[in-house]
Amino acid sequence: MTHPAALRSAAEALAAPLPPLLAEAEHLAATVLLGEHGRRRAGMGDEFWQYRPAMPGDEARMIDWRRSGRSDAHFVREKEWQAAQSVVLWVDDAQSMRFSGDAKHETKRARARLLALAVAVLLMRAGERVGLAGLALPPRTGALQLLRLAEALTAEGEGEGADYGAPEARGMLPHSRALFLSDFLGDLTPVEAALAKAADRGVKGVLLQVLDPAEELFPFDGRTIFESMGGSLRHETLKAGELRGRYLERLSGRKARLADLARMAGWHYQCHHTGDSAQAALLWLFRALEPLR
Amino acid sequence: MFMLGSIGFTAPWLLLGLIALPVLWLLLRAVPPAPVRRRFPGVALLLGLSDDETQTDKTPWWLLLLRMLALAAVIVGFAGPVLNPQQQRGGSGPLLVLIDGTWADARDWPRRMDRVGALLEEAGRGSRPVALVLSTDLPESGLPFQAAEAWAARLPGLTPRPWEPDPAALAAWAGGLEGRFDTFWMSDGVARAGRDEVLAALEAHGAVTVFKSPRPIYALRPAAFEDGRIKLAALRADRGLAAEVTLSAAGLDPNGVERELARATAEFVTGEGLAEVELVLPPELRNRITRFSVAGSRSAGAVALTDDSLKRREVALIAGREDREGLELLSPLHYLQRALAPTADLIDGTLSDILLANPDVIVLADVAKLTPDEEAAVLDWLEQGGLLLRFAGPRLAASDVARAEEEPLMPVRLRAGGRSVGGTMSWGEPKELRPFDEGSPFYGLPVPGEVRVSAQVMAQPGPELAGRTIAALADGTPLVTRKRVGQGQVVLFHVTANAEWSTLPLSGLFVQMLERLAVSTRPARPGAAELTGTTWVPEQVLTAFGEVEDAGTLPGVAGEDLAAARPGPELPPGLYAGEDRRIALNVIAAGRELRAAAWPARIPVEGLIVARETALKGALLLAALGLLALDVLASLWLSGRLRGARGGAVALLALGLMLPQDVRAQDDARALAATSEVVLAHVLTGDARVDDIAAAGLRGLSKKLYQRTSVEPGAPIAVNLETDQLAFFPFLYWPVTADQPLPSDAAYAKLNRYLRGGGLILFDTRDADVAGFGSGSPEGRRLQQIAQPLDIPPLEPIPSDHVLTRTFYLLQDFPGRHASRDVWVEAAPPDAEQVEGMPFRNLNDGVTPVVIGGNDWAAAWAVDESGAAIFPVGRGYAGERQREIAFRFGINLVMHVLTGNYKSDQVHVPALLDRLGQ
Repeated sequence: MTHPAALRSAAEALAAPLPPLLAEAEHLAATVLLGEHGRRRAGMGDEFWQYRPAMPGDEARMIDWRRSGRSDAHFVREKEWQAAQSVVLWVDDAQSMRFSGDAKHETKRARARLLALAVAVLLMRAGERVGLAGLALPPRTGALQLLRLAEALTAEGEGEGADYGAPEARGMLPHSRALFLSDFLGDLTPVEAALAKAADRGVKGVLLQVLDPAEELFPFDGRTIFESMGGSLRHETLKAGELRGRYLERLSGRKARLADLARMAGWHYQCHHTGDSAQAALLWLFRALEPLR
Repeated sequence: MFMLGSIGFTAPWLLLGLIALPVLWLLLRAVPPAPVRRRFPGVALLLGLSDDETQTDKTPWWLLLLRMLALAAVIVGFAGPVLNPQQQRGGSGPLLVLIDGTWADARDWPRRMDRVGALLEEAGRGSRPVALVLSTDLPESGLPFQAAEAWAARLPGLTPRPWEPDPAALAAWAGGLEGRFDTFWMSDGVARAGRDEVLAALEAHGAVTVFKSPRPIYALRPAAFEDGRIKLAALRADRGLAAEVTLSAAGLDPNGVERELARATAEFVTGEGLAEVELVLPPELRNRITRFSVAGSRSAGAVALTDDSLKRREVALIAGREDREGLELLSPLHYLQRALAPTADLIDGTLSDILLANPDVIVLADVAKLTPDEEAAVLDWLEQGGLLLRFAGPRLAASDVARAEEEPLMPVRLRAGGRSVGGTMSWGEPKELRPFDEGSPFYGLPVPGEVRVSAQVMAQPGPELAGRTIAALADGTPLVTRKRVGQGQVVLFHVTANAEWSTLPLSGLFVQMLERLAVSTRPARPGAAELTGTTWVPEQVLTAFGEVEDAGTLPGVAGEDLAAARPGPELPPGLYAGEDRRIALNVIAAGRELRAAAWPARIPVEGLIVARETALKGALLLAALGLLALDVLASLWLSGRLRGARGGAVALLALGLMLPQDVRAQDDARALAATSEVVLAHVLTGDARVDDIAAAGLRGLSKKLYQRTSVEPGAPIAVNLETDQLAFFPFLYWPVTADQPLPSDAAYAKLNRYLRGGGLILFDTRDADVAGFGSGSPEGRRLQQIAQPLDIPPLEPIPSDHVLTRTFYLLQDFPGRHASRDVWVEAAPPDAEQVEGMPFRNLNDGVTPVVIGGNDWAAAWAVDESGAAIFPVGRGYAGERQREIAFRFGINLVMHVLTGNYKSDQVHVPALLDRLGQ
């Protein structure tokens, strides 16, 4: 199992060349907390925004006397309104994620964790608050939170788990952002339920389907018994090669279904293969979580 | 042994196992290939999919066939199949192998020896004592029985003899044998007298088996010369169908190289053993022929050496008196022409023309005086072995030639006037000839009584006259005198060449005398009577394989033996030289006929073919293994485990095992890479770090050269001195490490060749920071050991006007990572002087073969892949300056290698322009 420190350093190395990620924050009022990101309007914050003439109703202590001394009118110094967004990560930890079709590729789980933590690093660098879905690790910011995240991601699910994972929809703050990383090969009903719940709470997010190249290519032939990673499902065939076409058909159907679900909930969907560069996936995540301007 | 065609089995019962194969077929067919268990998360998507076809639960027929074949190969292989198993020849007890060993054996001697070897091996297996006897080289008596292995060891030294066995001796030897033994007779296939007696004698002691070769035997009779044509007769032993043989005549061409001069085709008619062919050749060509042979027949019998009987001497006839036209019988040359025409080629013309043709003999009939030029030319010709034959006559008698002193072209001094006897105005009778003395070349010729001499020129008496007289008249006056000049001789007949002064030209003696003088050639081989009492020395001898060898120091043979013409151990066939001519003794006598040996029906006759026993077990088992390996691949493929990268790797491995590694192609590719561009090279030291630095250094230098000069080198190459060709590289960088292995002798030879061919080696001891050059760092000592066998000229530290200081950049320092001035190059010649007004001395030509220093240049040049310097040099900007100078030194060095002393020559440009302007 990956050491937490190693996982974190790998994730930071991956995140290093990217500019700070600016998360979109639509309904600031609900989850407002001061962060580093100016909202291009006067508000609470540290950065200077503008001087405006003092209006009736402004408290006397709000007047900037240094500026006012240079003219006859009184001025109030306004700061830029800065806010932080909460992002909730869900990384599928089911047995199916431990699959790797080739010794050269890492498992889907490892890739998903790496991406998740890299996104967390980027978000935290941008001042966002990041937490895990569920109640265990609510969104917070800071190096300590990053450390906790790394630990939680590596420690999580050491034992036997379910064959296929179901998204955790609890503990999502209203109007926050969410990132679901999974292979989405199991039953889609929990995913639908989670997305419905998220849509109810105004949570926007990203579905990233992480697949192994073997799952995409189905390079099998001959008499074969396929078993799920946990062994709960099994299918025997005499000519695996014959099944390839129909399997791929089903897979693309699954992808289309996921994309539909995401679109309906206002989410983004993307499929990522462990054989490809993680950087590309991170870049896409960066764009998907970029604010709309 | 169980035989199946030409294949035998050592364990035939195992073949019963083949019956089990059909059973196995049924068993194997019922078992489907085992399924593969795969963990696959995508199984969720597979649920509910069913197979379209369900037939592959049985093994496919071709896989079964493969396995059956493999199994069959195993069964048959263990049954011990043997191709061409040797039938054990029965018999025990002593064995005699009688080999004819004549010239007729020579054409397939190696096959004969193979057969004999096989027989000996077999006899050795049976522990039979063997006696090996050549009928042409019979043992003294009895049979030399030895172990078969001992004979086998001596087999390669056995050669056939170029003669045939003496029937009497062979019969006597066969008759004297004792004891019981079987006989293997390796016959040469030629019928000979006495063979039946020998066969009967051998059969009395045991079984006789005859081995003979089916190849035809050809032979060639000696060439005969008749009516200007060479008659050749080819013989063959078996008179079967029509056949053609090519006869070729070989001899020395004018350059002294032996080559084929002519060829002819002889056609044998069906049923005939003799094919004749006539050859007409120009005399010049004919005289050059040394032997005839049957093309493609490697045997002494197929070679006919030629001797003088084929040669015709070229005789030039010159008469002093040509004014009496029409009086043919009085012409001084008439009798000479009649005597010589049948046996010699006559040449007419002026003396100066004739001498160009280099005749054997020049006859001057009554010619008194020659011009000084002609005389000198004739003397030259005489010195080289010509024969000048002069006849007296009225002109000679009237002239004052050789009166006062001896002329070089006259054997004796002559008295004025000559004499006339028996005429109307003189006393006495015409003189007869005195019998010839023993020392005379005419000795032995009968003197006919009718020869009369009525007039002659007289020789001046002198101390040497008696020695020079070779024929005299009855009263003792010299008739023929002779003097040796150099290798040639001058002979004077003191009478005319026509019948004016004597009747000698009318007699048969005249012709014989001319023959004896070797003016004309004797028409045929000398008879036994003529050869009696003479001794002949072999000059060349024939081997049984028809090759002519120098006779060496073989003793001479008596003429009688030669006349008998029966070649034998004492009389090997070849070319024999006598006093004045040479006689060829050929294997085949003139009247010889060849017949194939016929053996009685009771004698088994076998061929020479040795069928090699070949055990097939290994091959079959190998085939079985190969089939099983195929089966493994096929099974993997069937069960889908042979896919993707792994399958590719397996296929590649299989391909790699099957294809031979094409080392040569690699070498070629490397040579192309090294020669299509200028390539800098470094010597591999065995220290990986040093080698890497050297490669990086040369890479850096190559880049700098590319940027700054018109030299555009390719990627540097590492050179292994032991295995790689050095000639491709103009420049070798050789970092010296303390523990470097010394190159081998072959590598040193290569290095010296490289240095002599204009290559340059930069030796770098890399120790300039700790040691001055040669002052005892380990690298310095190693360099001394390495350089010991190298061909290195005297060295000196780089002088300030060395061409290296200005081939591209003007330099006076040659730093690398260290900045020592101790850099040594080939010393300037001691006489190099600086000319007044010239900035440089005119130094040595060419390139210095070595540059030796310790500045660790490669480290200063070294760059990594992205072009950044690897090692720091010095400190700060001064260090970068030093690196720059190091690069400049490298560029200068490569320029020096590539352009030589071009910059040195440039120094003279002003002077040259100055001179051209005038």
